[in-house]
Amino acid sequence: MAIRTEPFVINMGPQHPSTHGVFRMRLTLDGEVVVNLEPVFGYLHRGIEKLTEGRTYAQIIPITDRLDYASPMSNNLAYVLAVEKLAEIPVPERAEYLRVIMVELQRIANHLLAVGSLLNDCGAYFTPFMYMWRERESIVDLFDMVCGQRLTYNYMRIGGVSHDVPERFLWALDKFIGRMAFFIDEYDELLAENEILLIRTKGVGILSKELAINSSASGPVLRASGVKWDIRKADPYSIYGRFQFDVPTGTTGDCYDRYRVRIEEMRQSLRIIKQALQQLPPGEVKSEVPPLLRPAPGEAYGHIESPKGELGFYLVSDGSIAPYRLHIRAPALINLTALRDMVIGWKVQDAVVVLGSIDICLGEVDR
Amino acid sequence: MNHISAIPADWPGGFWAHFGTFAGILLVFIIVMIIVLIYLERRVIGRFQSRLGPNRTGPFGLLQGIADAIKILLKEGITPAKGDKLVYWLAPIIAFVPAFMVFAVIPFQDGALLADLNVGILYIAAISSVSVIGVFMAGWSSNNKYSLLGAMRAIAMVVSYEIPLGLAILSVVLLSGSLSMNTIVTSQNIPFILFQPLGFLIFFLAASAEINRAPFDLLEAESELVAGYHIEYSGSKFVMFYMVEYFESLAMSCIVATLFLSGWRGPGLPPVLWFLIKVFAVFFVLMWVRSTVPRLRIDQIMGFAWKFLLPAALINLLITGLQVVLWPEGIPWQMIFANFAIMGVLILLWSRLFKVGVGRVEV
Repeated sequence: MAIRTEPFVINMGPQHPSTHGVFRMRLTLDGEVVVNLEPVFGYLHRGIEKLTEGRTYAQIIPITDRLDYASPMSNNLAYVLAVEKLAEIPVPERAEYLRVIMVELQRIANHLLAVGSLLNDCGAYFTPFMYMWRERESIVDLFDMVCGQRLTYNYMRIGGVSHDVPERFLWALDKFIGRMAFFIDEYDELLAENEILLIRTKGVGILSKELAINSSASGPVLRASGVKWDIRKADPYSIYGRFQFDVPTGTTGDCYDRYRVRIEEMRQSLRIIKQALQQLPPGEVKSEVPPLLRPAPGEAYGHIESPKGELGFYLVSDGSIAPYRLHIRAPALINLTALRDMVIGWKVQDAVVVLGSIDICLGEVDR
Repeated sequence: MNHISAIPADWPGGFWAHFGTFAGILLVFIIVMIIVLIYLERRVIGRFQSRLGPNRTGPFGLLQGIADAIKILLKEGITPAKGDKLVYWLAPIIAFVPAFMVFAVIPFQDGALLADLNVGILYIAAISSVSVIGVFMAGWSSNNKYSLLGAMRAIAMVVSYEIPLGLAILSVVLLSGSLSMNTIVTSQNIPFILFQPLGFLIFFLAASAEINRAPFDLLEAESELVAGYHIEYSGSKFVMFYMVEYFESLAMSCIVATLFLSGWRGPGLPPVLWFLIKVFAVFFVLMWVRSTVPRLRIDQIMGFAWKFLLPAALINLLITGLQVVLWPEGIPWQMIFANFAIMGVLILLWSRLFKVGVGRVEV
């Protein structure tokens, strides 16, 4: 006689240690197997897009810090690129290089956090997390030197950056690059070949190439599925055309590939920073921009390859001091589209790992 | 009382006086040990994670455990409104008592044990699996889906891992020819870990799963079940569950030290000290594993028990039996190398043969 069983709904989040903030998943479970997943978000909605309509163009920069609080530098850059496109503002050479250095440092910091918390979701009891956090801390210290902030940097300005870097920054950055190359290898060795990690992540949560493209995923999630798409290469913004770097891709699109792609991207970011440091020219870091910018009526879309994917700012100007409309294409939200297809059929434990491998940030998902 | 043979002849008072005194001493000793272990675990894992660990309360943070205990004990005990109140109350007690009873037969030095049962190891195997009933009661009565999932996992795991655990114990019993813990120690002129490398490995893994230590700590897998079966517990009832975990870890370290590392025997130092050194060494390995490896998935854990540990334990038992029959006067030390070779071959073979876990299920 078969025992009658019935699926039950388990509510994971918004207060849960591994939903990376206030994300909520309504999981329908058959025993341990996930038969349905319903993502619920909006718990951190602050109406950022609407807020921007009441502020001048320069006042919006600090708000963008609050989007993806794990990588504010990238948010700053994407926004100022959009404004510069809209108002046709030139940017000094040195500022362009500083921007690239900051954004690539930010990518390393973000990936350290993402990989650390992915391993934590696999159950590695905070050890990899703490190691990654240690390195992220030194990046945060570097940012502290240039802008005095450790979380919300507010460093980029329309037409440049807020300050030139202090002398000791370049020295400290040089030391950091030397150390980081060694640490990335060490972290890679720490768990990459661990048998338990392999069976927990290999083949788990596969995102096929077709589904990845159809759900307009971007960033490491897309590249892990084998699509070589990186905006730094596809539509080189800023001065990315001047640097040599590779775009790492995965093959199967499972959690392990997403992990590998992130590790590899950190190495490539280091390469870019090294080249930028060698070419760094002297000069101004900010061009003359009127305090109350009044761009001609029109629209512009600025997008960058943020650590999480394609981050875009769509600006519409009506000729006044505040934008008529600002829309944000948040990569973390769009990468979540395929979450249900990736998780269904796996166990509850895998749902957590898959979510961790997407690397979401609720500040950006909910806006 | 003929099976309780360890009462010294000149002990004042009768059996009950001896029993009461010794039980009291044991209780205090174990609880002090637990506080030390909790402190050590937090410090050692702190070092593993490149941070300091508790270092503010008292010298070197030694009083942190006591401060935490006071804090938790003073918390309000909350009973879930729709939970099964009686079962909810009973669960921590049922989990706690057997975990402590295991220590009755642990030989801390020659004859220094509460009851030298002639079926000591069998008693341990029987008593230690009672705790899981308390865990299941806790998970069920809390009326919480997370705790129910944790309890389901507990039952599945304990039922699976009891078997390889028992088989690994059996091969030790074959070698020593006795079920009494003290006799097992006295018969180890060479520690059994050398004769039984595979048995040791199986016992260690299966016991880690039994006591829910990493990488088998699925019942309280914080990344998905938050706290597992004791999610609804607070105050003194939570303390009991917390203590059970460390009781079981300590008991496991003691049993491993007794069965495989020749217990209190050792040159130079006093026997009790030798025993404690071995216990701490085993516990250190537990902490090391906990802070290093990720967690397995439930289907992988079950597959590991039935496809890997069970056949390996059976083969190990067969080989041990053959060796005992071939050399009834004691196995020659040369067999150590042969046994290590057998272990290596078996592990290599088995890891190629099967795939753990079922992967994705079509729904």
